Amino acid sequence: MRRLKIQKLFFYLILFGMTIIYLGPFLFSVSISFNADKDVLTWPIKLIPEEWTLAHYQSVWRDLPFGQWLVNSVLITSIQTVSNVFFSALAGFAFARLRFPGKNIIFSMLLASLMIPGIILLVPKFIVLNEFRLINTYGGLILPGLVSVVNIFLMKQFFETIPKDLEEAALIDGCSYFRIFWQIFLPVSKPALAAVAIYTFQGSWNEFMWPVIVSVTNDMFTLPVGMAFLKNEFSVQWPLLMAGTILISLPTIAIFLIFQRYFVQGVASAGLKE
Amino acid sequence: MADVLLKNIQKRYDKDVLAVKGASVEIKDKEFVVLVGPSGCGKSTLLRMIAGLEEITAGELYIDDQLVNDLSPKDRDIAMVFQNYALYPHMTVYENMAFGLKLRKYKKSDIKQRVQEAADILGLREYLDRKPKAMSGGQRQRVAIGRALVRQPKVFLFDEPLSNLDAKLRVQMRMEIKKLHQRLQATMIYVTHDQVEAMTMGDKIVVLKDGEIQQVDSPMNLYHEPENKFVAGFIGSPASNFLHGKITQDTELAFQSKHCTISIPTDTSMGKRLNNHVNERVILGFRPEYLYDKAHEADKRLSIDLVAIIDVIEPIGSESYVYFHFADMPSDSFCFRSNSDIHYVPGQKLKLGIDLNRLRFFDEKTERRIK
Repeated sequence: MRRLKIQKLFFYLILFGMTIIYLGPFLFSVSISFNADKDVLTWPIKLIPEEWTLAHYQSVWRDLPFGQWLVNSVLITSIQTVSNVFFSALAGFAFARLRFPGKNIIFSMLLASLMIPGIILLVPKFIVLNEFRLINTYGGLILPGLVSVVNIFLMKQFFETIPKDLEEAALIDGCSYFRIFWQIFLPVSKPALAAVAIYTFQGSWNEFMWPVIVSVTNDMFTLPVGMAFLKNEFSVQWPLLMAGTILISLPTIAIFLIFQRYFVQGVASAGLKE
Repeated sequence: MADVLLKNIQKRYDKDVLAVKGASVEIKDKEFVVLVGPSGCGKSTLLRMIAGLEEITAGELYIDDQLVNDLSPKDRDIAMVFQNYALYPHMTVYENMAFGLKLRKYKKSDIKQRVQEAADILGLREYLDRKPKAMSGGQRQRVAIGRALVRQPKVFLFDEPLSNLDAKLRVQMRMEIKKLHQRLQATMIYVTHDQVEAMTMGDKIVVLKDGEIQQVDSPMNLYHEPENKFVAGFIGSPASNFLHGKITQDTELAFQSKHCTISIPTDTSMGKRLNNHVNERVILGFRPEYLYDKAHEADKRLSIDLVAIIDVIEPIGSESYVYFHFADMPSDSFCFRSNSDIHYVPGQKLKLGIDLNRLRFFDEKTERRIK
C-alpha cells in the first residue's frame, strides 16, 4: 500500500515536472505580453505583472501589417486544409479500395518520399516554383502544401478498416466507385477526416520555413514570418513579439479544445479497427 | 423472378488456387436453393460470382437466359443480404432501404410506398427513423433483408445471413425468411455452413466441398440417398457413423470390420448390389437414428447383436445422443439416438442393432456410394 502511494507520488511529480516544462514558456510569453516594457526582462521574473497593459496588443494591430498577415495566413491555411482533406481522402480511398496497375509501387514511392528530410527539398522546390514564376505569390505559398503523404497514409489506413461488405452492398445498390467514396465512405470517416483537418490546419498555420523562403515582400508574409521579423540583428521587441505570438496561437488552441475528442479519436483510428 | 443457370463455373485465384472447380447448377424460377459446405468449400465465392462481386474465371452464368458474366452487380438485377448486415451506419433505416431505389431514380412516392410495404412485412414500421447502431442484431438483419426486398430483384442472394445471430433468433429468422419466400415466390440463393439451416430452408441443396459440387438434390434425398461419404457425413446431426471394412462371402454375404461383422441379407437390393463387390474394401455408413437398442426395439429388421459400451450421454430433452465404443476398441467413438425416457449410464453394456434397410456402403477409394 505504502509502496503504491510512493509510486503514485513519483508519477505525479514527473507529470508536474513535464507540465512545467511544456506550459512554463507559454505562461511566460503570456506574462510578457501583458507586462509593461520596463518590467519585461527584470530579475526575478514577474510572472504576474505588476502593471497590466494591453498596449502591446494594440501595437501589434496598429504598428504592424498584422491584418494583412492574418488574411494571408487564413487564406493559405483554409485552402490547404480543405484540399488536404479532399485529396488525401480521395487518394487514400484509391489506395485502400481500388485495384489498378502499379498501385503498390506508387504507394511505396509515396512512402519512400517520407524518408527524405523536408529541408533537402527546399532548394529544388524553390527552383521549380521560380521557373513557374510563383515566388512571392499565393500560388507559391499554397501549392506545395495542397496534399501530404502522411495524410494519404492516415486516410488509407482508416478506409482499410471499413468492412468490405459496405462497399459491396453499395455496388449492388448501384453506386459507382466515386459515389461509394462520396456517399458511403466519407460520411463514416468523420473522425479520420477531422484528424487530417486538424493536423493540416495546425501544420499550415504554424508553418514557418516555406513561407519565409517563398515570400519576399512584407505584404505576402504569413503571421509566423511576420512575427519573426520583429527579431532583427540588433534588438528584439519581446513584448510585441509575445503579444503577436499569443494572438497567433489562439486559433490552434481553440480548435484543439473544441475538437479534442476527434483529435484523439483520429490518432487512435489511424491504426486501429473500431 | 428468374431462372439462374451456372454452366461449368470456375474461379481461380492467382495461378494455382482453384476455388471453384467447374460448378454447374440449374436454379429454377421461384426456387429456394441453398449452397452448403464446410468453410473454404467455395460456396461464398460461388454466390459472389453470381452477384458479380467476383470475376468468373471460366464458365457461363445466365440469369433469365441472359449471359451476365461481364455485367456489373448493379446491372444483374440481384439483391444481396450480407452476413454482417452491411447497413450504411450514417443513414436511417428508411434511408438504408431507399438508397438503392434512389440511385435507380425511382419517384419519391414510389420509394416511400415500397419502403413502407417492406417495413410492414418485416415489422420495421416503428424503426424507420432509427440509425442501425440503435438496433439489435435481429432488427439489423431485417433491415438488410428489407433493403433487398424493396428492390424487387430477379434473384435474392443471402450470404450466411443468420451466422451473427444467437441460436433462438436464428431459428426465428430462418422461419421468417422461409415465409418470405413463400409470400414473394422469388428465386432465392442462400449460402450457409449450417446443414440444419440448409435442410430446413432449401427446396434444393447444393453440397460443396473443396470447390467441387458433391450433390445437388432435395433435402430428403440428400439425407437418405447421399451420393458419397462426404454428403452422408455432412448432412444430418449428429453425423453419420462410418466403419471401414470389407465385403466377404464365406457362408453368407457379410460386412466385416475390425469392430464387428454384419451379415447382409441377399434378398435386399443392397445385398444384390454388394454381390459384385465381394472382397473389396468399403465403408459402411449408418445414421445414429438407425441404430437401436435391442432391449427396446423389436419390430425393425435389425442386424445381429453389436455389443457396445456407453461412453457419454447427451440428453437434449426430446431425445438423447448416446456415444459408445465397441468392445476392446475404446478409441473409435460412435453415436446413436435414443428415447430420452430410457436411462443409460456410462460404462453400461448394450446390444445394438442397425436397421438393415438403412445401410449405406461407399467405395473406400473413391468414397462414392455403391448403388
